[in-house]
Amino acid sequence: MTLQILSLIVVGLTFALYIGIAVWARTGSTSEFYVAGKGVNPVMNGMATAADWMSAASFISMAGLIAFLGYTGGAYLMGWTGGYVLMALLLAPYLRKFGKFTVPEFIGDRFYSKAARVIAVIALLVASITYVIGQMRGVGIAFSNLLNVPLTAGLISGMVVVFLYAVFGGMKGITYTQIAQYVVMIFAYTVPAIFIALQLTGNPLPQLGLGSTLAGEETYLLEALDNTLVDLGFDPYTGVAGMSMTNMFLLTLSLMIGTAGLPHVIVRFFTVPRIRDARKSAGWALLFIALLYTTAPAVGAMSMWNMIDMVQPGEVGDPEGNIAIEDLPEWTDRWQETGLLGFEDKNEDGRIQYYNEDNEEFHQMAQEEWGWEGNEIVTLDRDIIVLATPGIANLPNWVIALVAAGGIAAALSTAAGLLLAISSAISHDLLKGVFMPRISEKREMMAARISMAAAILLAGYLGLNPPGFAAEVVALAFGFAAASLFPTLMMGIFYKKMNNYGAIAGMLAGLLVTALYIFIYKGWFFIPGTNMLPDQEAYWLFGIGTGSFGAIGALVNFVVAFVVAKMTAPPPQHIQDLVESVRVPRAD
Amino acid sequence: MANGNETQAEERTRYWRANLKIIGGCLAVWAVVSFLLSIVLGPTLNAFHLGGYPLGFWLAQQGSIYVFLIIIFFYAWRMNKLDIEFNVDEE
Repeated sequence: MTLQILSLIVVGLTFALYIGIAVWARTGSTSEFYVAGKGVNPVMNGMATAADWMSAASFISMAGLIAFLGYTGGAYLMGWTGGYVLMALLLAPYLRKFGKFTVPEFIGDRFYSKAARVIAVIALLVASITYVIGQMRGVGIAFSNLLNVPLTAGLISGMVVVFLYAVFGGMKGITYTQIAQYVVMIFAYTVPAIFIALQLTGNPLPQLGLGSTLAGEETYLLEALDNTLVDLGFDPYTGVAGMSMTNMFLLTLSLMIGTAGLPHVIVRFFTVPRIRDARKSAGWALLFIALLYTTAPAVGAMSMWNMIDMVQPGEVGDPEGNIAIEDLPEWTDRWQETGLLGFEDKNEDGRIQYYNEDNEEFHQMAQEEWGWEGNEIVTLDRDIIVLATPGIANLPNWVIALVAAGGIAAALSTAAGLLLAISSAISHDLLKGVFMPRISEKREMMAARISMAAAILLAGYLGLNPPGFAAEVVALAFGFAAASLFPTLMMGIFYKKMNNYGAIAGMLAGLLVTALYIFIYKGWFFIPGTNMLPDQEAYWLFGIGTGSFGAIGALVNFVVAFVVAKMTAPPPQHIQDLVESVRVPRAD
Repeated sequence: MANGNETQAEERTRYWRANLKIIGGCLAVWAVVSFLLSIVLGPTLNAFHLGGYPLGFWLAQQGSIYVFLIIIFFYAWRMNKLDIEFNVDEE
C-alpha cells in the first residue's frame, strides 16, 4: 500500500470518528450549545482544554522553534504553561461561580456597562479570528506536505468536518470531539519521539533521554550537541542565545498573561458542574498539555542532533567530514520537493556544509582553511523538525500517516474552540446582550449556528488566501488578550471598588498602547512598508520585542484603570454584592 | 438577625483573606521558579547538572512545567479544604 493511500485511510478514519461524535452529541438548548450544559467531567474537560489550547503551531512548529533557539526557547514552554497557574488561581473558579455563558458577559455585568461588553467582544474577535486563520493554514500544511493532497481540497474537507460537529453539536459536540482529538494528537506526537529517543540514547522516555548519554557512548547528548554547534560557529544549545535576557523574561510573562486571558480557553472552565471541578480541571488540563510540552524540547534537540550528525558525520574541517550529496538519505528528497528544505553546493566539492555563516570570524576561518563558501543548507524551515521526524528516524509509513492525522487534529480542535468563542460573542453578547435583548432562545441558537457557519467560511477563505501578515498577527492576538481581557477580569474579581469607567479606560489604554507598539514596528495595520522603525533590537523601546510587549500593555491597563477608578464614583452596592458572591463557592 | 449577618460577613472576609494568602504563596513559588531560577539565574545554575541536563536549562524546559502542575493541584486541594473549614463549599 502506498504511503499516500495509507495516510488518507488513517486521516479518513479519524474524520469518521469526529463525525460520529457529532451525530451523537447534537444539542437542543443554548446552555448545551454554549457551555455543554455544564455537565462535563473535570478530567474530560482537562483533556478537551488541552486539545483546545494546543494548536497547529504547538504541534507542528514549537519543537522547531525551540530547536533553533536552544535554552531561550524555554520562554515559549514556560509562557504557554505558566499561564495556567494564573488562570487556575485568579480566574477560573470565580468565573465559573458567576455561572453565565461568555467572557464578555462577565465583563458587561460586573462593570454594569454595555460599552465594556462591546469592547471585550472586539478584543475577543480580533484575538480569535487572527488565531483561527493560523489553524486553517495548519490543516492545509498537514494535507499538502504530508499527504500530497492539494491545499484547497484538504482545507475544504477540514472545513466540512468542523462544520458538522461545531455547528450542530455546539460546545457539547466540540468537547467530545476534542477529547478524541487529544488522544490522536498525543499519540501522534509521542510515538515518533519515543522511537527517536530510543535510537539516540537507549532511553524510551524523551524527557529522560534528553538528559542521557548517547547510546553506546560516554558523552551526554546535550554536551555533544553543545560541542558540535560550537565547532560549527553557533552558540551552544544550552547557553543564552537568540534573544536577550530582558526579552526572555518579558516574553515569558506576556505569553503567560496572554494565555490566561484567551477567551476560548477560559470558557472551557464554564462547562464543569462545580467550582471545585473548575479548580481541579485546570490541573488536569496542564497535565495533558505537559505530556506534549515536556516532549517537545526533546524532539527539538534530538532532531537537531540527528540533522547535524547526518550532514557532519566526520571531523569538522576534514574534507571528508561532510556528507556527499549522493549519500543524502531518501527523506530529504521528499522535503526538497515541498520547498521546506533546500541544499546548494556553493563550493562545488560535492558535499554539504552546514555552519553559522553569520559568525564572521568563523566564516572567514572556514573559507581560508577549509574552502567553505557559505552554509549549504539554504532552506531549513523550522516546521520540518516535527514533520520530518519519522523520516529522519527511519520509522514505518504508518507513523507518517499518524503525524498527519495528529497535526490535523491539533488544528481542528483549536479551530472549533475559537469558532465557538466567535459565534457566542456574536449571538449571545452582541445580539442577545446589546441589540436584540428579547430574542427567543430558539432564534438565538439559530443566530449562533449561522454566525459559526459564517466564521468557518471566513476562516477557510483566509486560510486559502492568507493575508501577508498572517504570522505577525499572532503577536497581536496574544498582546490583545494580555493587555485587555486578563487585567480587566482579574480586577473585576479581586478589586471590589473597580468601576465601569476604570475598566473601560483600562481596556482601551491597554489595547491602544499594544496595537500602537506593534504597528510601529510591523507597519500600520500590517501594511508592508508603513512601519515607522525597523523591527530590530537596536530600535525597540528599552530593547523590548513586539511579541514581549503584552506584559507592558497589561501594566498600562492596570495603572490606567486604577487611577480612573480612584477619580470616579465607586460601583453601586448590588455590583459589590455580585463580587462578594463570586468569591464564595456556595450559592446564596 | 442583623447580628447573624454581621458574623457571616466577617466569616466571608476571613475566608477571602485566607484565600489571598494561599494565592500569594503559590504565586511566589510560580515567580521564583520561572522568572528567578529559570531565567535570571538560569545561566548561573547551568554550572550544576542533573544527569546530562545543565540545571538552568532543565528548569527552563522541563522543571518549571512540573512545578506549575504541582502548584495548581496543591491550590485545588487546599481551597477545597478551606471551603469546608469555612462552611462555604458547594452542597
